[in-house]
Amino acid sequence: MNYPVRSAERVGGKVLQLLHNAGHALVMLLEATLYIRLAFGNRSRRETVTQMYVTGIKSLAVITVVALFTGMILALQTGLELRRYGQEVYIGSAVAVSMIREMGPFMTGLIIAASVGSAIAAQIGTMVVSEEISALEVMSINPNRFLVMPRLFALAVMMPILAVYTNILGILGGAVVGSTQLGVSVQSYMDNATQFATNKDLYVGLFKAFVFGIIITTVSCHQGFMTREGAVGVGKATRRSVILSFLTILVVGYMITRLFYI
Amino acid sequence: MIRFENVTKVLGRKTVLDNVSFEVGEGETFVIVGLSGAGKSVTLKHMIRLMMPDSGDIVIDGEVINHLGRRALQEVRSKFGVLFQSAALLQWMTVFENVALPLREHLRLPEEEIQQRVNERLEMLNLLDAAGKFPADISGGMQKRAGLARAIIMNPKIVLYDEPTSGLDPVTSRRIDDMIVDMRERLGITSVVVTHDLHSALAIGTRIMMLHQGRIVENAPPEAFIRSSDETVQSFLESQYITKKGKWEELIHE
Ligand SMILES: Nc1ncnc2c1ncn2[C@@H]1O[C@H](COP(=O)(O)OP(=O)(O)OP(=O)(O)O)[C@@H](O)[C@H]1O
Ligand SMILES: [Mg+2]
Repeated sequence: MNYPVRSAERVGGKVLQLLHNAGHALVMLLEATLYIRLAFGNRSRRETVTQMYVTGIKSLAVITVVALFTGMILALQTGLELRRYGQEVYIGSAVAVSMIREMGPFMTGLIIAASVGSAIAAQIGTMVVSEEISALEVMSINPNRFLVMPRLFALAVMMPILAVYTNILGILGGAVVGSTQLGVSVQSYMDNATQFATNKDLYVGLFKAFVFGIIITTVSCHQGFMTREGAVGVGKATRRSVILSFLTILVVGYMITRLFYI
Repeated sequence: MIRFENVTKVLGRKTVLDNVSFEVGEGETFVIVGLSGAGKSVTLKHMIRLMMPDSGDIVIDGEVINHLGRRALQEVRSKFGVLFQSAALLQWMTVFENVALPLREHLRLPEEEIQQRVNERLEMLNLLDAAGKFPADISGGMQKRAGLARAIIMNPKIVLYDEPTSGLDPVTSRRIDDMIVDMRERLGITSVVVTHDLHSALAIGTRIMMLHQGRIVENAPPEAFIRSSDETVQSFLESQYITKKGKWEELIHE
């Protein structure tokens, strides 16, 4: 009797805590959004540019490798299957459509969450632990404007750009596999790709990347701000920010696909 | 100027402040001492509403700050400069930029005036050489001084110091003590200083309050503080080799 009641209470408490935290995160996001118009104002310009630079450059090497191989794997897998029907040329559209719709934004999101997002959580977490956030509050410098907004702007802008880059490299990777392993010429691969990928695919994909950028910033900043218990807490916050970003990207990615393609 | 009225604060399972009442008058240098975990930092955080009391009121300049809105709270906080226990400098900015930050954020000053005001403070704190360095590249004592420069750049009426001298060498410690006294005497600034160091507490304080297990066990001017009949105060004094009779009386009365 006692045990189920207590565990029900515990679950209830956890759910309430979760909703409470989500509410906090949304308020933070909303406030940072309202400050976006100040992104290139006197006080924030430098931070905004720095964040854009960091986001764009930091993960470029990883993104390049991952994008190339994603395209290559996609081409090889579908190519081997298609070859059974003598339809290898269709790897062009198969790779292009899956890159542009799903894999481009998704892969970019995961990489940015793991590299840039975790760095954001760690930095803000460290600032909490060393009382820098308290200091900002006492100086009446709003951390949502000072810290969250430039990161939000940078990720929301850079994510679609990086997703385009991922798409291009992925499609190139597919072309390489196509011409070397499957005997599909680059010319016919490209013709096939451009024939089937639509503008809608591109827009939805970019929209996804944009949303993922917002998710990563929100989750990472929020986990950073919730850091407690010193250096150990920073580690926990970093790990949680990555896991939570991954999960949210998966779920929201699915929802966006559903929304636009059903 | 600062008044706590029956303030109680529970954190986790611990009653960190238990019905605490005291007042800091204008122009005082009010020193809070106590063992680690006694609630000294928590007390300071209540003054600037980084924490809210569970019950009781915090009154600043006659105004209860417990439930102020954002604007009014900003107004109250602008009266304060705060030196945090960890200096709390932003790591990606140089010392100069850290000190200039409040000016840049709140005032639209021409660049020359910012330069001038910041350099004035840096010079006062003997930090001009470190102006272009990052916090990670300077010593703990310099970080504390940079934190202090930032705390006083907006000319606050009240300065809160959380362990300004902990972890510093004795010479630098005394220099910071001198500065706190100097700011009271020259600028009439009200100070609240949290410290473990009774020697400096006795040297700079106009009043000394000791917290123990969430309660105030003594709150008196230095002369009366060392004569306190309270046992925790006495053992605290003795732990730092200060006895009722001795050369410390001279130090206080110098
Ligand atoms: N945010 C918090 N959440 C939970 N407990 C806290 C929090 N802040 C402080 N405490 C607890 O409150 C008590 C008093 O903490 P406080 O930081 O005021 O001590 P202190 O007197 O400043 O000690 P020290 O000299 O070590 O700095 C400690 O037991 C601490 O664990
Ligand atoms: Mg403390």
